[in-house]
Amino acid sequence: MIRMEKIRKIYSTGKVDVEALRGVNLHIKKGDFVTVIGPSGSGKSTLMNIMGCLDKPTTGDYILNGTNIKNLNDNQLSELRNHEIGFVFQNFNLLPYASAYENVEMPLLFAGVGGKKRKQKVEAILNKVGLSDRMDHRPNELSGGQKQRVAIARALVNDPNIILADEPTGNLDSHSGREIMELFVNLWQEGHTIVMITHDPRAKEYTDNFVNITDGKILREELVA
Amino acid sequence: MIIKNIIQILRELSKQKMRTMLTLFGIFWGTTSVILLLSFGIATKSSVSKTMHGMGEQICIIWAGKTSISYGGFPKGRQLSWYNDDAHYLKDNVPLIDDISPQYDRWLPVNVGAKKQNFSVNAVWPDFKEMRNMIPRQGSRFISSLDQEKRRRVVFIGNEVEKTMFGEGVDAVGRLMYIDGIPFTVVGVIIEKEQDGSYNGRDKDAIFMPTSTYLAIYGDRYVNNMVARAKDITKTEQMKKAIIAAMAKKYRFSPEDEQALPIWDTTEMDQFLGTFFNGFTIFLGIVGVMTLIVGGIGIANIMYVIVEERTSEIGVKRAIGAKKRLILFQYIVETFVIASIGTTSGFLFALLMIFAINKAPLDDFVGTLELNPFIAVTSIFIISMITFIAGWGPAKRASELDPVVAING
Ligand SMILES: Nc1ncnc2c1ncn2[C@@H]1O[C@H](COP(=O)(O)OP(=O)(O)OP(=O)(O)O)[C@@H](O)[C@H]1O
Ligand SMILES: [Mg+2]
Repeated sequence: MIRMEKIRKIYSTGKVDVEALRGVNLHIKKGDFVTVIGPSGSGKSTLMNIMGCLDKPTTGDYILNGTNIKNLNDNQLSELRNHEIGFVFQNFNLLPYASAYENVEMPLLFAGVGGKKRKQKVEAILNKVGLSDRMDHRPNELSGGQKQRVAIARALVNDPNIILADEPTGNLDSHSGREIMELFVNLWQEGHTIVMITHDPRAKEYTDNFVNITDGKILREELVA
Repeated sequence: MIIKNIIQILRELSKQKMRTMLTLFGIFWGTTSVILLLSFGIATKSSVSKTMHGMGEQICIIWAGKTSISYGGFPKGRQLSWYNDDAHYLKDNVPLIDDISPQYDRWLPVNVGAKKQNFSVNAVWPDFKEMRNMIPRQGSRFISSLDQEKRRRVVFIGNEVEKTMFGEGVDAVGRLMYIDGIPFTVVGVIIEKEQDGSYNGRDKDAIFMPTSTYLAIYGDRYVNNMVARAKDITKTEQMKKAIIAAMAKKYRFSPEDEQALPIWDTTEMDQFLGTFFNGFTIFLGIVGVMTLIVGGIGIANIMYVIVEERTSEIGVKRAIGAKKRLILFQYIVETFVIASIGTTSGFLFALLMIFAINKAPLDDFVGTLELNPFIAVTSIFIISMITFIAGWGPAKRASELDPVVAING
């Protein structure tokens, strides 16, 4: 499903060039639950953003479902982000003026999903993440865990093939963190493909499929084909 | 799809109350101040222009002078005088003349009842009215050709004369007035007018009667001066030359003699005023442009800040699948809605202010404010454009960034 070959990412900020990824090769199969670990600044988020088509690699090839990302134009990339990928951010990135319902609805609007079907899907997914009684709340009226559930619902609403999460529990207390982890595990068990960055040691309880990044390189690939 | 998008955009706008209100207010205020300021400017300009034209428009006042060149056997320094029939003579011999009137002038005692005072009493032809802006008050009239023909003892009087002789608030039309002991009927009173230029007193302090009546009583041989106007203002210069030539021929002075026939050409003043007003208009234009720039900078600033602030939101939307063109479409709709509401309310408020100011007793200071539709439309257009352009750059840039770059600002 995901294939990365010799991915390099160089950030040029003024005088200094930072090489955040130094030739990453990676395979992820459909149905995998992959955890990305590594010290701070090692390039985990950089890798994740490239995987989510939120950023482009400087060099190297990223093949998603058999398509090389390089060959896609901006509209096609937007559609890919909309249909294929569900991205969950560490700091939620919800639109502050929109309710939980409206935040979740947004990808469907971009996809042009019609009114009735849209309503059904949004309500079903919010129900699934346990927020059916918080639909009209704005992000500032929700707890961190609830916000992350909204963000997960938003990532899931368009039935993506792959869910990418960058430290989804990083801003949560341990209780909400556990709940969110369990939510991901459930999604995985339902057959979703999940890639998650985490510092959370409990991740080991759920998966032993780790990608360990240090200094822009994958150290060892455990159970990654 | 598009309608759904627009509804969604409007919903988002209404949810971002603070931002929306701020932008709206900026545009509202920009529009109001530009329109009001320019209306004040134009009011000032037109009230000045009205005063300047109180004496009359594009006329020539002709006097008799002394020759300064010896000519045709006469030595220089000869005092000239114009006779009663010279106005007829000029009218017959100078086709460029449209209107002409002789003017006689005496300082005479006037009494109404016990009230007695001296006034400047003038005798003129009916043509005088148009040339010198002698506008009769409603329900009254100037001296007519019939008055002239029948040597009627009628007078047209200045509004100050009326006030002095008949008292405040009394309508003198139809009443008698004794001039030099002879009874005259008042047929007209001049409307109140602002008058900056004059050559023998203000019209509001003067009395006018037909020349025929005047000559029957006093039998003057010479006119005090004549007033003439060309058929076409651009021909004023030629008309002056033709008048001088005709009179030089009749009275035998050199047509080159500048002092024999002094003429006050108010078109010269008009030309000066024209230049002055052009200057004033340019000044107003600059003031308007400055106001627009200041208002525009304010609006641009707000728009810029808002769109910058929105960059990360645009990034989030892009991250979940919004296409570039949707982001830009949203921006256009939003700006259109905000700019229309802002400029419309600003325009209406300016209108209200103009109405209120005109109602208030301030017109001595500011004149009557008028809304110039061209200026209003132009200001609204420019303000809308500024609003649009100020936000367009950052919005477009944000839509073109990689989503993660936009999200992180
Ligand atoms: N936009 C950027 N511009 C310049 N340098 C960047 C940028 N983003 C990341 N970097 C640099 O690239 C390297 C990798 O950053 P990245 O965010 O991928 O690390 P990370 O593994 O996610 O760290 P953390 O665990 O703290 O989130 C770091 O050295 C970082 O400073
Ligand atoms: Mg990170």
